Amino acid sequence: MRTVIEPPSTQDSPVSILPEFGGAYKNTPYLADREKKLHRKLCSSLEEAIQRSGLQDGMTISFHHGFREGDKVINTVVGTLAKLGFKNLTLASSSLLNCHDPLVEHIASGVINRIYSSGLRGKLGEAISNGLMKVPAQIHSHGGRVHLLQSGELKIDVAFLGVSCCDEFGNANGSRGKLSCGSLGYAKVDAQYARNVVLLTPEIVPFPNYPASISQDRVDLIVQMDDIGDPSLIGVGAARATRNPRELLIARRAADVIVHSGYFKEGFSMQTGSGTASTAATRFLEERMSAQKVTASFVLGGITGAIADLHEKGLVRAVVDVQSFDSDAAKSLRTSEAHLEISANEYANPTSKGAYVDHVDVVILSALEIDVDFNVNVITGSDGVIRGASGGHCDVAAAANLVIVVAPLVRGRIPTVARRVATVITPGESIDVLVTDHGIAVNPKRPEVEQRLRDAHLPVMTIQELRQRAVALTGEPEPLEFTERIVGVVRYRDGSVIDIVRQVKN
Amino acid sequence: MKITKPAIAGTLESSDLMVKVTPNQNGMLEVVVRSEVIKQFGKQIRRVIDDTLSKLEVSEGTVVVEDKGALDYAIQARVQAAVLRGAGSEKLNWEQLS
Amino acid sequence: MNARRSMLFVPGDNPAMLSTAFVYQPDSVMFDLEDAVSAREKDSARLLVFHALSLPAYRDIEKVVRINRLDSEYGLKDLEAAIRGRADGIRLPKTDSADEIHELESHVDRLEKECGRPVGETKLIAAIESASGVVNALSIATASPRMIAIALAGFDYLVDMQTSRSGGSEPELFYARAALLHAARAARIDAFDVAYGNVDDDEGFLREVQIAKQLGFNGKSLIHPRQVYLLHRAYAPTEKELEHAKKVLAAADAAHRNGKGVVSLDGKMIDPPVIREAEEVLRRADVA
Repeated sequence: MRTVIEPPSTQDSPVSILPEFGGAYKNTPYLADREKKLHRKLCSSLEEAIQRSGLQDGMTISFHHGFREGDKVINTVVGTLAKLGFKNLTLASSSLLNCHDPLVEHIASGVINRIYSSGLRGKLGEAISNGLMKVPAQIHSHGGRVHLLQSGELKIDVAFLGVSCCDEFGNANGSRGKLSCGSLGYAKVDAQYARNVVLLTPEIVPFPNYPASISQDRVDLIVQMDDIGDPSLIGVGAARATRNPRELLIARRAADVIVHSGYFKEGFSMQTGSGTASTAATRFLEERMSAQKVTASFVLGGITGAIADLHEKGLVRAVVDVQSFDSDAAKSLRTSEAHLEISANEYANPTSKGAYVDHVDVVILSALEIDVDFNVNVITGSDGVIRGASGGHCDVAAAANLVIVVAPLVRGRIPTVARRVATVITPGESIDVLVTDHGIAVNPKRPEVEQRLRDAHLPVMTIQELRQRAVALTGEPEPLEFTERIVGVVRYRDGSVIDIVRQVKN
Repeated sequence: MKITKPAIAGTLESSDLMVKVTPNQNGMLEVVVRSEVIKQFGKQIRRVIDDTLSKLEVSEGTVVVEDKGALDYAIQARVQAAVLRGAGSEKLNWEQLS
Repeated sequence: MNARRSMLFVPGDNPAMLSTAFVYQPDSVMFDLEDAVSAREKDSARLLVFHALSLPAYRDIEKVVRINRLDSEYGLKDLEAAIRGRADGIRLPKTDSADEIHELESHVDRLEKECGRPVGETKLIAAIESASGVVNALSIATASPRMIAIALAGFDYLVDMQTSRSGGSEPELFYARAALLHAARAARIDAFDVAYGNVDDDEGFLREVQIAKQLGFNGKSLIHPRQVYLLHRAYAPTEKELEHAKKVLAAADAAHRNGKGVVSLDGKMIDPPVIREAEEVLRRADVA
């Protein structure tokens, strides 16, 4: 007679009685086959991987943007899905860049009908702003995306993750191999939350591969794909070094603000955004750090070669990397023990048990627009078209001790300081200082910072005065016109709706 | 001033504008403006061009402006330069140019 | 009066630069109608500069216009545009003799009267670009009460001297620099050193600035915005120099308030030249 055993009483047991033993290979049949045991994840083609993943119409697919403007995975995978006749998929990429313009066609043809992304740029952003999608795009921050995954709103069915190298079991990283992107900070999160994880790699290397940014225990399928991305294009777009004298002026002024802010002391921590002026500020800060013998406990980001260089010179103790912006940064990740690779959850998720942004003293961010209440827009351009990314902006702004926004006061004929921004990504309460080429404005809620900057003879004025200077040059712009139709929903890092983007009127 | 021959002033560089004037015989003044910032500053640009032309007493001709985000002072200057070239005028009447 | 260390050249036919040069906060901005502008564009650039002169953003910066030579077909028209546009100063290129300044001055007098500006308001700067100019530097510097500075223009001068820049200590510029400085000091006006053409070479630029500063040049002609900050920083006084200057001026101020004719600090008498030097130090402290 078979004895019926019940599980020890717990609250949520998935079984009502414990199953009886049915043989060593009952639930892991592949172990019985020596060949299959080791190679079971390998797919001979992307099509095979798609088929084995169980992807169906209407499901959610995800990608990471570690290769930035050099990414090839998204276009290749979505192009293949289109050929295979998939429809009504939700695309959840950590971000989308100008190189993802080909997605317009796939949205128009119905392959994709919903988007979750931190950024929308180029022709894709323009098309969405002009009403391409029936369902509004969800625009989230980097930390906010993880929160959406944890809260269950975003459920990834299949994640297609490009990695530089991986073994047959799926131990993968982005920092070693010919096509390396450095940190896989965003991919790590997808590997954790997706139901099915497909790795695409140009190099399948001997087992075990290390370091394993993505571990074998999160990986379902592996496809060899030669062209996952072009590393030389990672630093194109926002994250390149500048020689523009105006940007250098602003960068130098931002470094001055940091030095006199009261936060520039031994062991301070910092983050610089992906804009050119903010990455240039790192170089100016280096002079002051050397001269005053101040070293940083860590720099967080978005890591550039300039930051890796500071680390190498002993001015920065640890580099905390969620995304590597160039090959020097990727190299530093490979070679330095104190260059740490972290996930987006560890980086910026407000509901993780600990986000690095909480520890940041000073951050330099960019803005397309800022208004007299210090609200910042990094997503819609001066014509109201979506052409940017939320990124980690509102995440680090909410948490850091001193938040500095850098921007030229006037871009061409468009004032950067507006009465009211077209779209709020980061609320004014999170912004402390605005640094422009015409002068510096400090949020009235930081009077002590303002006093320190004035004492240092920096050109401080009110934000209204900055706006007046801009308008004196350009004239007062007519307000933008939109239709009633909503094309984008801006999600704050906690999932709440902070603003909406409407269709531009033409 | 009378525009007697076609003329161009300015460039298509950022923050500049290109102004093309041509004579026409129909007694009309036709102004066409294309601008990167037409939504925000279209009216203002138009106003500056009209003011500049009227101070120069230009009542006839076709003026085509391709603007790349130029400020008002540059619009004045380029329109004046194009008109003066189109009118073959050597003498500057500074009252009309201020 | 502000220090006059940096004179930033801005090509008169470039609206993008005309619209932004003020952000670099040079002591003077020089709108160029001469070498920067092609013959075909002289008329258009003249109008751009005429209008740019009245931008509120330039209100607090000294505005100089480099006109074409008066013996060209452009010079007088440039001059009229500059005076009517209310430029603070005119820079005359290739000044070889005092007569050229006299000729310029007579036109400036006339134009100021015609457009209702106070006569004498527009200042003059002579650019010396030849052997004759160097040899006549003193008479040029004293040719008019409107003269505020003489500037050495290296490239054309060296062509005239049948040599070229050698880099390093540059003996080929030594006499010209010295002659210009003496003329400027005797005439009690400012002296500007040559422009440094290699905008990517910060170290070379700073080496030349050190030479000029040590010789006693008030400042330098600059051809790129990034040079403004570098120059101001190189000319900035040290903490010690600044402290001392402040003490001198405080002593002078105290003596003045107490109606004393003699200024003393720490038991030592302070002569007027020392007070003037202290004022100059304070002006140079503004690096922005």
